[in-house]
Amino acid sequence: MAEAIYIEHSVVADDYLAAGAASNNIKETLKMLGITSSICRRAAIITYEAEMNLVIHGGGGKITANISEGSVEIKTIDHGPGIPDVELAIKEGYTTAGDRAREMGFGAGMGLPNIKRNADEFVIESEVGKGTTLRTVIRF
Amino acid sequence: MLFEEIAKAVCAKVLCVEEKVSTLDITKAYASDLMSDVLAFCAPGGLLITGLTNIQIVRTAQMLDIPGVLFVRGKAPQEETINLAREAGIPMLQSKYTMFEACGILYSMGLIPSTSDAER
Repeated sequence: MAEAIYIEHSVVADDYLAAGAASNNIKETLKMLGITSSICRRAAIITYEAEMNLVIHGGGGKITANISEGSVEIKTIDHGPGIPDVELAIKEGYTTAGDRAREMGFGAGMGLPNIKRNADEFVIESEVGKGTTLRTVIRF
Repeated sequence: MLFEEIAKAVCAKVLCVEEKVSTLDITKAYASDLMSDVLAFCAPGGLLITGLTNIQIVRTAQMLDIPGVLFVRGKAPQEETINLAREAGIPMLQSKYTMFEACGILYSMGLIPSTSDAER
């Protein structure tokens, strides 16, 4: 791959119908580039859980993928309510999701742990009232 | 086990992508109503058995390379779910059996758990 490929998608709050479309697009691009299926799947799990977080918690936001030789960096940025206790939010089973998210099969406090498990680098920064940024990298 | 054999075993109706049911070969399955659980623990290539019927079931299947879905408890998926499954080429079945019954039947017929390393 000569040049890095950059993909950016806007994600709309509470739009459960469109949720996952950005992640599928990113996964399809990775597949098209000939990246191995296990890496594509890890990237898909990260983007999908992160996209659902934007839909459920973040008030919408932006998801980006930067694909370069040997790595893919996936980031989300939102200007939602922020996370008061990031350490707690990363713990498996901790959730603040409402009924709508649960009806869709999410909101069980698995999202951030799933993202962390699939990432080689995982950084989350959040400020209450300002929003949250998540940066992950998968190396291959 | 061919997808059509799975359909027969759990008395299921084929909801979409009928053209694949006689050729799609399935050897393993994962059952859950929690998509985050599926994302955490389900290995690629297995049948997804679930009682949820919303569009995110198809998205989850797309993310994990899940080739087919079986809806249990007689649940009928929403139209947008079927439309996206058609677009993605993922055949879906609808059975009246409970998840426990469907899993029991398919397990006894030789399907094995489709779990990733994370669970073991």
